[in-house]
Amino acid sequence: MSATFQSFKSLRLDRVGRDFGRHNALKEIDFSIERGEFVALLGPSGCGKSTALNCIAGLLPTTRGSIWLDETRIDVLGPEERGFGMVFQNYALFPHMTIRDNVGFGLRMRGVARAEAGKRVESALATVRLTDQADKLPGQLSGGQQQRVAIARAIVIEPPLVLMDEPLSNLDAKLRLEMRQEIRRIHAGLGSITLYVTHDQDEAMSLADRIVVMRAGEVRQIGTPEDLYERPLHLDVADFMGYRNRIPCRVLTRSGGMASIDVAGAQLEGSIRGTLVGDEAVAAIRPDDLCVADVGLDAVVEACEYRGHNFFGSARGPGGVELFFRSPKRVDFGTAVKLAAEPAKVLLYDGAAT
Amino acid sequence: MSDTARNHHLPLKMRLSAAGFDGVTLLVLPAILLLVGFFVYPFFYGLWLSFHPKDGSVFGNYKTFFSDPFLYETISKTLWLSIPVTILNMATAVPIALRVRLMKNQRLLTTILVLPITLGTVLVAEGMLNYLGPQGWFNRTLITFGLISAPLKLVHNYTGVFLSLVITGFPFTFLLVLSYLTGIDPTLEKAAATLGAGPISRFRHILLPLLVPGLAVTFCLGFVQAFSVFPSAVLLGAPSGPTRVITIAAYEAAFEQYDYSLASAIAMIMGVVLLAIIGAVLAARSLFYRGPAGGGKG
Amino acid sequence: MPMNAQKSVLGTLGSRAWITTVWAVTIFFVINLLALIATVMTSSFGTRWLGTWLPAGWTVNWYASAWEEFQLGDLLTTTFEVVFAVVFLAGLIGIPAAYALARREFTGKRIVMLLFLLPLLVPPVTYGIPLATVLYKTGLGGTMSGVILANLVPALPFVILVMVPFVEQIDPRVEDAARVFGANTFRLFVHVLLPLLLPGALAALLLVLVRTIAMFELTFLTAGPDSQTLVVALYYAVFAAGVRAIQSIDAMAVVYMLTTLVWLLVALRFVNPTQMVTRAKRP
Repeated sequence: MSATFQSFKSLRLDRVGRDFGRHNALKEIDFSIERGEFVALLGPSGCGKSTALNCIAGLLPTTRGSIWLDETRIDVLGPEERGFGMVFQNYALFPHMTIRDNVGFGLRMRGVARAEAGKRVESALATVRLTDQADKLPGQLSGGQQQRVAIARAIVIEPPLVLMDEPLSNLDAKLRLEMRQEIRRIHAGLGSITLYVTHDQDEAMSLADRIVVMRAGEVRQIGTPEDLYERPLHLDVADFMGYRNRIPCRVLTRSGGMASIDVAGAQLEGSIRGTLVGDEAVAAIRPDDLCVADVGLDAVVEACEYRGHNFFGSARGPGGVELFFRSPKRVDFGTAVKLAAEPAKVLLYDGAAT
Repeated sequence: MSDTARNHHLPLKMRLSAAGFDGVTLLVLPAILLLVGFFVYPFFYGLWLSFHPKDGSVFGNYKTFFSDPFLYETISKTLWLSIPVTILNMATAVPIALRVRLMKNQRLLTTILVLPITLGTVLVAEGMLNYLGPQGWFNRTLITFGLISAPLKLVHNYTGVFLSLVITGFPFTFLLVLSYLTGIDPTLEKAAATLGAGPISRFRHILLPLLVPGLAVTFCLGFVQAFSVFPSAVLLGAPSGPTRVITIAAYEAAFEQYDYSLASAIAMIMGVVLLAIIGAVLAARSLFYRGPAGGGKG
Repeated sequence: MPMNAQKSVLGTLGSRAWITTVWAVTIFFVINLLALIATVMTSSFGTRWLGTWLPAGWTVNWYASAWEEFQLGDLLTTTFEVVFAVVFLAGLIGIPAAYALARREFTGKRIVMLLFLLPLLVPPVTYGIPLATVLYKTGLGGTMSGVILANLVPALPFVILVMVPFVEQIDPRVEDAARVFGANTFRLFVHVLLPLLLPGALAALLLVLVRTIAMFELTFLTAGPDSQTLVVALYYAVFAAGVRAIQSIDAMAVVYMLTTLVWLLVALRFVNPTQMVTRAKRP
């Protein structure tokens, strides 16, 4: 089956939807991925990203729409007929089989000849650097090793598409960073599509060529990590990408993509994002970009902590809004400061929408 | 005691607590005493008694048992009932549990199935006498549909006891298998599916190997229940004929002939047969994987 | 692709047939089970029931006559005296024992656990006969105390084996915290342990209650004429069928069913039906 998929070019989701009873878990998902791409599905828990992944894998039937691998419609096939590799959040290693048998399972199901299968299993184990653990049972391995077995098991079948469902969420911080490198390296070696589900924007940005941001069963924005980081289209995407400051404000004048705004008497310049119709707006600023300056928003410092290179603090701003800022020097509790950001770093969104 | 304690330079209390004994541990003592008194002691007393028959010879009871076909045949009669019933119960419970496991609302079914277990064998036997009798609804329905012309004889014979063991044994087996099945991480099957395993392969390579240890235990427990069948063998069977099971022989020895020595010997023989079969099943189980049925850490 | 389509069509047909068979067997079983219970009910309310689908007429008189004939009042009293005594003692002895087993590691613990497992694995008839012999020797045979003691043999381990995992999942640091905040042993027990143990204890004791009402073998082997429970009396009534009207026995069976089912329904509010067989039976 997978043989017909070997020379595929792209995976396409065409208005895919999924309901659980009356709950609309996935509304209408539309996107396509080219061969060789590493794409992350990013969103808070319950946003439908795992549902989307399970629909693509065939573990959940879709309610609406279709999924295509080039010109082949695959959403009508069972999971065992799609030939995709999947890495599960809890690894889902078969506890009664050795590591070698776990990795070889997919080849066995495909009826690959024993000698050929053996060779491929060895090479997959070498890729994840577990050759010397091959005869152990999964229970004897550490979390990180189990994770690598799960990856080896998924890639050994040379799938057109590797699906990963929050594969690093059960590992500790240090191991997570190491495994990111591994996953990126393995992806580069495979040349197929990797679709990676995560709720960690940092992980998504460091791994993916493109990120699909989801919220409440909908795709909110698709773009490169730089795109999303610099130019989030919606306030909720901005929020998710680390724009912690969300300041309600009023638009005074606009010119081109820029506008000047009023925050309880103080004035700032910002760049308009999305559709900004009325006068009510929300300014989103990253804590990194909001600095102590000579002119800007009046605020009283409430906390300040050192995080290497810089101090980061929080302050009570105009109208009682909480502001997060960066400062090269320590500022004491209760100090009155002025906070400002470059106009390009102040993103203005429609205040009526969330 | 306190002398030895002083010799060891440590108070007894501290030495005991080093071995895990303190005030809290003592809470387990009443339970141990009760079971030693009313479970362990009677067992050894029975064992001793079985070697002290009325005629005075050490193996007299055992000789009596194995020379009288009316007694020794009870073993084969009991096995001839309990083994087929247990196998049938397992063979139906496993596929049904495999489907029911996928159901969201299992509670109605499991509640209905727990009924015969709670009601017990006596009530089931009582009901079956009516329901499966020549005038009962079961035969009446079959006749109405033209499936049979004369009522089937379903009670006061082997079939009656067999069916009663199915009615109480199947739900028991089913509920146990279901609980073992729900203990298997469902993502394992999903993982197997994404790797190209169809439903039959998934069952053969993933579910079955993980289920075998549980099935072995289920078989043993189901078998023990069927082997110790008593009220339904008397009420629904032919207690002097084909369903003269070993418990009837033991009961008659104790409460009709008042030969407690022989009764104890029969109880011991029962225990040995049970142990032999359970031992065989559990030994076969140890050939399989016995670890957790989870998919990994976390 | 066509090859594959064909294969999956065959696959669906096969699995459809398989699923249908599985459900047909399940439904057949459930229908027969319910019909069996309905037969007893119907018969107990019927006047004359010979060779027809339903009795000729309806009456509740059988209940009155069964009450008289079988002295159901006395039987119910005895049954509940036995059952509640067993439940009370099993809880009183079993819950502290379970607490100790869950919280302490001591030498010989494995043997103690085996001691508690065996009475649940060995069939009651097997150990009931030697037990009855011992009880008759000591003069306890045929008395109420004898019946209670015999029923404690499986009930006590059941409570312990249900409670041990329950206690284990209560974080011992909660108790440490209470101690740190100055609770003495008694207060620790009343204010901290008791409320935490209550749900598990309630479930365990309700299960013991249901099991003891239905426990035939041990009561049968150890009870005398004054210490019979309902289920044993029912056995004797069915055994001697022909002496009394079948409807009268059915009325008694319904009374027995109700006493069990009421408690079963109460128990099922706290436990899953699967736990009726698994908790203690799964080593």
